[in-house]
Amino acid sequence: MAAKKLNTKDKYRLLTRDLDWDFSYEDRKQAFPFEEFEGIKITDWSKWEDPFRLTMDTYWKYQAEKEKKLYAIFDAVAQNNGHTNISDPRYANALKLFLTGVSPLEYQAHQGFAHTGRQFGGVGARIACQMQSIDELRHVQTQVHAMSHYNKFFDGFQDWSHMHDRVWYLSVPKSFFDDARSAGPFEFLVAISFSFEYVLTNLLFVPFMSGAAYNGDMATVTFGFSAQSDEARHMTLGLEVIKFLLEQHEDNVPIVQQWIDKWFWRGTRLLTLVSMMMDYMLPNKVMSWKEAWEVYFEEAGGALFKDLARYGIRPPKYADVIEKEKEHVSHQAWWLFYSYGDATAFHTWIPSDQELDWLSEKYPDTFDKYYRPRWEMAKKMEAEGKRFYTKGLPQLCNCCQIPLMFTDMDNPTQLAYRDTVYKDERYHFCSDGCHDIFVAEPEKYVQSWLPVHQILQGNCGGPGLEAVLRDYYRMNVGADNLDIKGSPDEQRWKSWKGVA
Amino acid sequence: MSFKTLKPGYSGEVKDRLENFNGNQLVYVGWDHHLMFCAPFTLPVPPQMTFGELRDQVMAAVFSPHPEWSQINWDSATWLLNGKAFVPLLDASLQAQGVDHKSLLRFQTPELAGFMSAAV
Repeated sequence: MAAKKLNTKDKYRLLTRDLDWDFSYEDRKQAFPFEEFEGIKITDWSKWEDPFRLTMDTYWKYQAEKEKKLYAIFDAVAQNNGHTNISDPRYANALKLFLTGVSPLEYQAHQGFAHTGRQFGGVGARIACQMQSIDELRHVQTQVHAMSHYNKFFDGFQDWSHMHDRVWYLSVPKSFFDDARSAGPFEFLVAISFSFEYVLTNLLFVPFMSGAAYNGDMATVTFGFSAQSDEARHMTLGLEVIKFLLEQHEDNVPIVQQWIDKWFWRGTRLLTLVSMMMDYMLPNKVMSWKEAWEVYFEEAGGALFKDLARYGIRPPKYADVIEKEKEHVSHQAWWLFYSYGDATAFHTWIPSDQELDWLSEKYPDTFDKYYRPRWEMAKKMEAEGKRFYTKGLPQLCNCCQIPLMFTDMDNPTQLAYRDTVYKDERYHFCSDGCHDIFVAEPEKYVQSWLPVHQILQGNCGGPGLEAVLRDYYRMNVGADNLDIKGSPDEQRWKSWKGVA
Repeated sequence: MSFKTLKPGYSGEVKDRLENFNGNQLVYVGWDHHLMFCAPFTLPVPPQMTFGELRDQVMAAVFSPHPEWSQINWDSATWLLNGKAFVPLLDASLQAQGVDHKSLLRFQTPELAGFMSAAV
C-alpha cells in the first residue's frame, strides 16, 4: 500500500515546530545560555510567526532549481567571452570592490546565522536562521563563481578572502560584521536582519544589480536575480524579528531602539562604499546616490518607521545628519580612494568631463562648489605628469574604521572631529554617531584592529608601503593598484577591442 | 556596565596603547580647510622630538605636495591641540608641551583658501 501523503498543514507542523524537544535531564536555560544576557525578555516563543512557512524539503527543491538555471548562465557567459561585453574596463573595478568588500560578508552572515539560530529557545526562529545561514553560504559561492570568469581577464580578483582580513579599507566591512557577530543573538538579528537587510539592503543590491545590467555584466545580474528571492525572505525575517521583540515585552523597546540607532549608523557608514560605486565607478550610471537614498531610505524607511511608531520606536538617531550627507559622501569617498589609489586593490581615475557634468546636474547645490575643484586640481596635476597620491597614512575612526574624511554637514569645508577619553586613553571618531557607539560600549571598541595603527606597530610586514601591499596584502603591485590609465587591465581591453 | 557579556566583568585589551608603538607615539595632524588631503595624517614620532622637527620634517614630508604648503606664513598660523588653542614652542619636545600619545593637532592658515579658493 502506498504511503499517504501529508497535507501541507501537517507537513509544516511536523517539519518546523515539531522539530523542538523537551529537556528532561538538562536545564533548558543552560542549553540556551545566550538567550537572556542582553536583557531581552521573551515570554512566549510560540508567538513567533514564520514569515514564509517554508519547510526544508521545499527549500531544497526551490534552491536546486535556482542553482541549475544560474550555473547554465554562468557557462554561457564564459563561452561567449562575457567580459568583453561590459561597458568599459572601469566597470570591472566595481566588481573587485564587491568581491573583496561584500562577498566575504555573505560568509560572515552564514556563520552569524548558524551561531545565532543555535541560541534561540524558539524553534521557529531557529529554523528561520538555519535557512538563512544556508542561503548566505550559497550567496558567497554564487558570487565567487559569477566573478571567477572576470578573474581570468582582469587584475585584482585573485586573493579576495585573504585581503578581506588585512587590507586597510576592507576593515570597514569586516569590522561591521565582527561587531555584529560578537554581540548577543538578538542584537545580531536587529543589526543584520533588520537594520541592514530590511532597512538598508536595497541600497546595496539594487544599485549593484541594476549597475551590472546597465554595464553589460550578465553574470552579476543573474546571481542578483537568483539571490533576490532569498533576500525577500531575509527581509521578511528582519521585520518579523523586530515586531516579535517589541510585542513580547515593553522592556525590550529601549534595548531595540538603541540597537536600531547603532546599526543604522554603522550601516550607513558601510554604504559609503556603495555611494561611490554608484556615482563614480559605474561607467553607465543608474541613478545618483542622493536619488537612491531618497527613494530607498527616506521614502521606504520613512513609511516603515511610521509603522513602528505604535510600538514606541522612533526613526534612527542622526537620520537628520545622514539626510544631509547624501549630498557629500560619494564625492568624499571617491576622493579618498583616488588619493590613496596606490594602496587599493582596484584602479581609480578622474571622472571624465561628461561625468563631472552629470555630477553637477545631480548635485546642483554642492558639486561645483565643493567637489569639482578637487577634480580640476587632479586634472591639472595629471596633465603636468604628477598624478597625485597622498603620502602618509590617514587617521581612522575608532568605530567605523573609515579615515576621518567626513565633513561637518553644516560646514562642508571642515572635517568633523570627535573624541573621547576612556581610562586615560584618547579615542577619535568621524562623527557623533560613531562617538556614541563607542561611549555606549567602550570595552568592545578599545580592541578595534585599526589597520593604520597595526602597520605602525609593525604587525603588517613592512616597513615600507610596498612591502605591506605586496607581502602582507598579497597585491600585485603595479598591476592591481594605481590609476586605470596605463594599467594592464586597460591595455588588455584595448587589445580586445582593437584600439591603440 | 560598559558592555553586556555572558560573564560580567569582561574587559577589552587596549590595542593602541603607547607601549605598542616601539618607542614612538602617535600624533594626528590635520590642516583645516585643505581637503586635498582627504583626512588628517597619523604620524608616528618619538615623544622627545621637538615641535620644530615635527613641523618642518615630518609634517613637511606629507603636506608639502600641496602647492600652498611653501606659502604658509607660520607667524599667522594658529593651532589647536585636542580642540583647545595652542601656541607651540618650536625648540621644546612634544612631550614637554603636552602633545601626548594620540593627540590631535590642527592648524589653520587664514591667508590660504586652497585650490580655486575651494578649501582643496
